[in-house]
Amino acid sequence: MRVFLTLLGREVKSSFYSPIAYVVIFFFLIASGFNFYSGVALLNQSPSEVTVVEAAFNTVLFWFPFVLIFPLITMRTYADEFRMGTIETLTTAPVQDWQVVLSKFLGAYIFYTILWSPSFLYFTAFTEITGKQAALAAGAFGGSYLFLLLVGAFYIALGCLASALTSEQINAAVMTFVAIFGSFVAGLLGFILNSQSQAVRDIIAYFSAVEHMADFSRGLIDSRPIIWYVSMTALVLFMNLQVFQYRKWKA
Amino acid sequence: MIQVEQLTKRYAGFTAIKDLSFEVRKGEIVGFLGPNGAGKSTTMRILTGYMPPTSGRVSIAGFDIFEQSVEARRHIGYLPESTPLYHDMRVNEYLRYRAALKGVESANIRERVGDVLEMCSLQEKERALIATLSKGQRQRVGLADALVHDPDLLILDEPTIGLDPNQIRQVRELIKNLAHRRTVLISTHILPEVEMMCSRVIVIHKGRIRAADTAENLLRNHRAAGAISLELLNPPDSVREALTKLSGVKDVTEEPTENGKRFHLRTDADAHPAEDILRMAWEKHWALVELNRRKPTMEDVFVDLTQGE
Repeated sequence: MRVFLTLLGREVKSSFYSPIAYVVIFFFLIASGFNFYSGVALLNQSPSEVTVVEAAFNTVLFWFPFVLIFPLITMRTYADEFRMGTIETLTTAPVQDWQVVLSKFLGAYIFYTILWSPSFLYFTAFTEITGKQAALAAGAFGGSYLFLLLVGAFYIALGCLASALTSEQINAAVMTFVAIFGSFVAGLLGFILNSQSQAVRDIIAYFSAVEHMADFSRGLIDSRPIIWYVSMTALVLFMNLQVFQYRKWKA
Repeated sequence: MIQVEQLTKRYAGFTAIKDLSFEVRKGEIVGFLGPNGAGKSTTMRILTGYMPPTSGRVSIAGFDIFEQSVEARRHIGYLPESTPLYHDMRVNEYLRYRAALKGVESANIRERVGDVLEMCSLQEKERALIATLSKGQRQRVGLADALVHDPDLLILDEPTIGLDPNQIRQVRELIKNLAHRRTVLISTHILPEVEMMCSRVIVIHKGRIRAADTAENLLRNHRAAGAISLELLNPPDSVREALTKLSGVKDVTEEPTENGKRFHLRTDADAHPAEDILRMAWEKHWALVELNRRKPTMEDVFVDLTQGE
């Protein structure tokens, strides 16, 4: 446990040593702030069925910066270790491979969580200033954040896997972006294909991040997406471990 | 301390090491020699548990490096070839991190880090970012890292590469001092270093062991053990042929000097042709001005063992 915490501490610290961290935080805050502002502005124009939580979390302005942050958070996790050769000192210390994989994943995940934490302020400020509830129920509010944690875990795991596959950060970033964007667009196929078949639409809805977010931000917390994201995260982390060992042994 | 049995590592298309077996006993300083690409680093990477062999077994302090990897690795202080370090960390921060990773008790970390900083003369650079250090300083940080958990086995892959002569001497003294209580396996290209430090030498070439013995024995048994040079004033053309015909002489090379020629003879280990040469010079009226027996060096041994097939 101590070894794991030591590894995790180094991961979290090193994500803040990199100037990229501050660039990501800066632009993400601008983008999410603007997104929130435009959500509120939309509600100001006309009566609407949605709450400010829904307006802030399920818009194009939300999704666009959202899929972009993962490559930036995860690209250096493994790629840099392989490029610098530090993977050799790391894995010849008395640590187990799964400890490395899990600490890198959790380190990036913690950074991701920190990235989101200022957004609480938006809703607090909204309630303070307008005297109105940001969400109609605690479920909608909690649901939105639960979804961010779930989908974040899956996407971070994808990013770590991509980073473990290469020694160049830029390759890792591009692969992560393609993987996440691909899975995201696949979830939109229901809209794009405009399929008449209910079965097809059901299948797509099962893994569509956009539809999950639509439900969760309304407070509809369904167990199926939870199982989907948790099991996908576990699967990708397992693949990550295999890739990591394979690369190190092939070096 | 180290036991290696029939270690083979094949990469796609080529065999890096083949059927390597050797043993390093407790307290030995063993030099691991071989030309670039001979398989030194591959062997060290297998010994430290970084990668598995294609076949064969390695046991470190009684633990199998793959079956009981973590236990085995606790005994090892390893300095990889290129001294990889985290450039974004400070020296003391890095060493504290590595100490914790290698299981040094929290209460002892400060003291251990202080000790290795002193051993590697890094006290002044304690707060420096690793990215700002010179190559020699980084090398010493890597060495400090290898030492920080006080391991009983040190595996050092070219620890003196990139250091200036003073630093090389420092590192050499350091390793010699450390060796009292430890076992050291060290790979290097610097041959005088091997003679000075190592109690035993393992020479590998093309993935196979060519020799494993003390430096003394290697020198004594070396094929070029008898190296003789002589200088003659205005020698006749027949000299070279006559020298070649002497018993025990393997080959003769010549080079012109100011007033004559110098001949270099390589002879078998047990041949002593100096007497024959003197007699011949007397009979044939050669103007012999110099006759030297040259001691072979580790370099001769190295070249001899690692050239050709």
